Amino acid sequence: MDHLPTLVTEARQAIQAAESIAALDELRVRYLGKKGEITAQLKGLGKLPAEERPAAGERINQAKQALAQELDERRQALSRAALEAQLSAERIDVTLPGRGQASGGLHPVTLTLERIEGLFHRIGYDVAVGPEIEDDYHNFEALNIPAHHPARGMADTFYFDATRLLRTHTSPVQVRTMKEQTPPIRIVCPGRVYRSDSDLTHTPMFHQVEGLLVDEDVSFADLKGTIEDFLHAFFERDDLSVRFRPSYFPFTEPSAEVDIQCVMCSGKGCRVCSHSGWLEVMGCGMVHPEVFRHSGIDAERYKGFAFGMGAERLAMLRYGVNDLRMFFDNDLRFLRQFA
Amino acid sequence: MKFSEQWLREWVSPQLGAQGLADQITMAGLEVDAVEPVAAAFEGVVVAEVVDKRQHPDADKLNVCLVDDGSGESVQVVCGAPNVAVGQKVPFARVGAVLPEDFKIKKAKLRGVESRGMICSASELGLDEEASEGILVLPDDAPAGEAFRAWMGLDDHTIEVDLTPNRGDCLSLKGLAREVGVLNRLAVTTPVIEPVAPAHDETFPVRVEDAERCPRYIGRLVKGVDVTAETPLWMVERLRRSGVRSIDPVVDITNYVMLELGQPLHAFDRENLHGAVVVRLAREGERLVLLDGQEITLNASTLVIADERGPLAIAGVMGGEDSGVGPATRDIFLESAFFSPLAVAGQARAYGLHTDASHRFERGVDPRLTRDAVERATALLLEVTGGEPGPLVEVTSAAHLPGERQVTLRAARLEQALCKALPGDEVADILERLGMAVSLVDDGWQVQVPSWRFDIAIEEDLIEEVARIHGYNRLPVRRPAARLALRPDHEARTPLSRLRRQMVARGYQEAVTYSFVAPELQKALLPDAVSPRLANPISSDLSVMRASLFPGLVRALEYNLNRQQTRVRLFETGLVFRGALDELQQTPMLGALACGSRLPEGWAGARDKVDFFDLKGDLESLIAMGGEPEAWRFEPGDHTALHPGQSARILYRGEQVGWIGALHPGVRAELGLKVEAFLFEVRQDALTRGRLPAFDPLSRFPEVRRDLAFLLDERQPVQALLDCVRHQAGQWLQELSLFDVYRGKGVAEGYKSVALGLTWQHPSRTLNDEEINQLVDAIVAESHQNLGAELRG
Repeated sequence: MDHLPTLVTEARQAIQAAESIAALDELRVRYLGKKGEITAQLKGLGKLPAEERPAAGERINQAKQALAQELDERRQALSRAALEAQLSAERIDVTLPGRGQASGGLHPVTLTLERIEGLFHRIGYDVAVGPEIEDDYHNFEALNIPAHHPARGMADTFYFDATRLLRTHTSPVQVRTMKEQTPPIRIVCPGRVYRSDSDLTHTPMFHQVEGLLVDEDVSFADLKGTIEDFLHAFFERDDLSVRFRPSYFPFTEPSAEVDIQCVMCSGKGCRVCSHSGWLEVMGCGMVHPEVFRHSGIDAERYKGFAFGMGAERLAMLRYGVNDLRMFFDNDLRFLRQFA
Repeated sequence: MKFSEQWLREWVSPQLGAQGLADQITMAGLEVDAVEPVAAAFEGVVVAEVVDKRQHPDADKLNVCLVDDGSGESVQVVCGAPNVAVGQKVPFARVGAVLPEDFKIKKAKLRGVESRGMICSASELGLDEEASEGILVLPDDAPAGEAFRAWMGLDDHTIEVDLTPNRGDCLSLKGLAREVGVLNRLAVTTPVIEPVAPAHDETFPVRVEDAERCPRYIGRLVKGVDVTAETPLWMVERLRRSGVRSIDPVVDITNYVMLELGQPLHAFDRENLHGAVVVRLAREGERLVLLDGQEITLNASTLVIADERGPLAIAGVMGGEDSGVGPATRDIFLESAFFSPLAVAGQARAYGLHTDASHRFERGVDPRLTRDAVERATALLLEVTGGEPGPLVEVTSAAHLPGERQVTLRAARLEQALCKALPGDEVADILERLGMAVSLVDDGWQVQVPSWRFDIAIEEDLIEEVARIHGYNRLPVRRPAARLALRPDHEARTPLSRLRRQMVARGYQEAVTYSFVAPELQKALLPDAVSPRLANPISSDLSVMRASLFPGLVRALEYNLNRQQTRVRLFETGLVFRGALDELQQTPMLGALACGSRLPEGWAGARDKVDFFDLKGDLESLIAMGGEPEAWRFEPGDHTALHPGQSARILYRGEQVGWIGALHPGVRAELGLKVEAFLFEVRQDALTRGRLPAFDPLSRFPEVRRDLAFLLDERQPVQALLDCVRHQAGQWLQELSLFDVYRGKGVAEGYKSVALGLTWQHPSRTLNDEEINQLVDAIVAESHQNLGAELRG
């Protein structure tokens, strides 16, 4: 019986020395198993006098529990260590970039057109489109620009033959839409337009968005409100000054050019605004009765307004692009900046 | 149109600076493009008289002059100008003067002779951009000692106004002054033009054969003019400040009167007029050498001024060389006419011309100016060139002159249009100041339109005038009201914006290329394409409409490859133009191009080049958005731009809607492209159409899967096998997947092993082995029979 403390000490040392779960399992069998050494002690109790048995039995049971606990603790310690070793071995450099296809990006003109369409779509305008090779009637005649009208000199036109041409503005879509629909009409017409002009500030192709609203009781005040709201929303600046300057378009009357306070210098004067503090951004006006007549709309009953703007011009101001021609070079280094 | 601020102020002078004036007229619709000083800054220059001139002792080309600059003593100055002469009045920069570009005048010695100051040329004073020869000679009455700048009135501005085509009435000082008077409520001082008394009674006959095009023609013979006389400096200066160069006194005076009053004039040399002046339409094919030296062939819609031998001038556009005035001219025939705008409209452009005269006549010249202008020009001629005026010859057809126009403006309509009730007095005042005779009528105003306003014919024209003068920015602002009507929306459609974003997600940058391309490029890619060609392209590189998105994408690829970009992925959306003009199709397409590595350069390996199947996968990701991939087919096909072994026509619901493939190596060689590239283009309408999702109940019964590997002849497309399998697999086939295509060891040369996974499921019971085995047997039998496919062991 004096043998028990030695046995416990020896078992404890063995448990602490064990380096694997398997070794611990072996020790459990060796000491606490059915044929284990501690179990053998219990079996030897019968050899003791009856009065010593309870005390000796208790000592053996205590030793047994202590060893069992020690085995569990060691087991947990070993699993923790094993997990840690595994985690450590599985460490990766999380700063490395992810794998797979990188995203591309939309063209800045598309971003601008979609932004304009979106703003108007939300207040009930539909998107309308039309052909780019147009006829003289829709591009000029129906817009109150008869043959030889001096306004034909305002835009240099690309012709295919006497009557077919590349549209010089998106305004023909106005006429096409008014012929097909009955008021109220609210549309925006984005698209490519063409003028025979190429220098630092002109490209032979560019994009316009035309807007048209036709309804009863539409006034110049509604046009002003729409344009002001749009420009504030587009540039995200409610304090942006907007002014309306009398101008001339054969298809609207009264007509106006719209200037905004220069967004580059806040109106103080800079190179972009030619030191005037103002930037011309769009043209607009009330639909001319002659256009209504061509489109089959009663000009006494209905009124309307139309406006048109250049997408590249707005994109340049919004994104700070300083060279119009870059929009059509399709240089990836340029395009990637708008992703 | 350019004009001098000072000149305008002789007519009307509001209390505004030059910039203030420019801003005011800009906001009234006469947009000012530029306000420039008429002379650069300089100081210390006075009027002086050359009192002595001697040859420089040591320099052939230099003179030593003495000038009287009003200081009381003569100043010695060395002058290199060839035209310097004793007795001339000249601009003289004293020592201490500062000329433009900060050029300081100091005492100097030139070849040993002291020079105290400088006699100036026009260009040295910044008055003339072009190098003028020699010093500027001033009129004899210029007072020596007077500050030159003040004496010349050089503290003036040239104001350039970009007039819209409706405002031809402002193409003169008279018209601009009228407008400025209206804006400032100021009276305008108009020069008094008196008729010139004839000094003889000789005339030249005038016959107007087309009174509709030329309702009024006035001519006058002025005999004995001296065309070699000098135009007075004041007139040269006013012309210069209006952007017009001085030519000779006759031309200068006609230009001056045109600028002043707005009436273009023309002078013929009497010597070269034969018989009579005839205003008539040209006869087809008649020829005329114009003043600018070019010879044109006239067409029958052109109004000409002719004599009995033939055309002398295009009416209202340009005179002819033969009848023009020159230094030897003695007698001139002065023309002042009213040509109707429609008679001149388009004529100049038809001959590639644009002149100050045509610009004005096209827009409308006040028919009441004709006589005033000729009287004004005659008076100036007599002053400058001398000569003896004859009586006026006038041919007028009152019936063809523009009639008086009455327009009514309804008060209610005005208020509705502007959303503001303007006081009746203000409206009438605005209209009256614009030169209209206004009478009150029941519901508004009736207005007689002034003879110079060709742009006013309907009520809206008057509304615009009232709004403009009242001020657009003083008008109210309101938001339009509308009924909130829902509009249809097609859920099954995929909007273009989503397709674009899908391309972006697949790594493509959006390109925007010109819709017109170089014909050689289009021909290299699409030799058989027919598309419209521009009659007046800006360059031959941009002369033919694209019949495909390929040329633009390939050009953009080249552009980027030339800038060290090795991986290019671009897409574009837009119209392509196919067919001759009369059967033209303008079709919206979506196209893409990829070249370089499959994935962006990175640490994770995968340096593989992009190939056909990458691009096809990208396209299939667009197709998948429509929800009906089974409606799409790819069939091997030959396209001139594409590799014959790596290209397919794309079909949607059986209709060909596009192409996909590798850029043809031959085309690449022709274009000098060293890298492989893959392209597709598909009709947008096919990609945007789609199917609404339709629910299919989920089966609770187990799936059965069988994998089958077939040996298939290389020449057989996998699609044929898939079609065959699907055909025999029965209605409970849920999925057919292709999980391997293998060539190599174990597979005979000329064959490929194609491994398919088939999954069946029945909605209401468990499928048994026997029925699946029957289906598999049928599949194997049919694929063997139709395609010679063998099931692999």
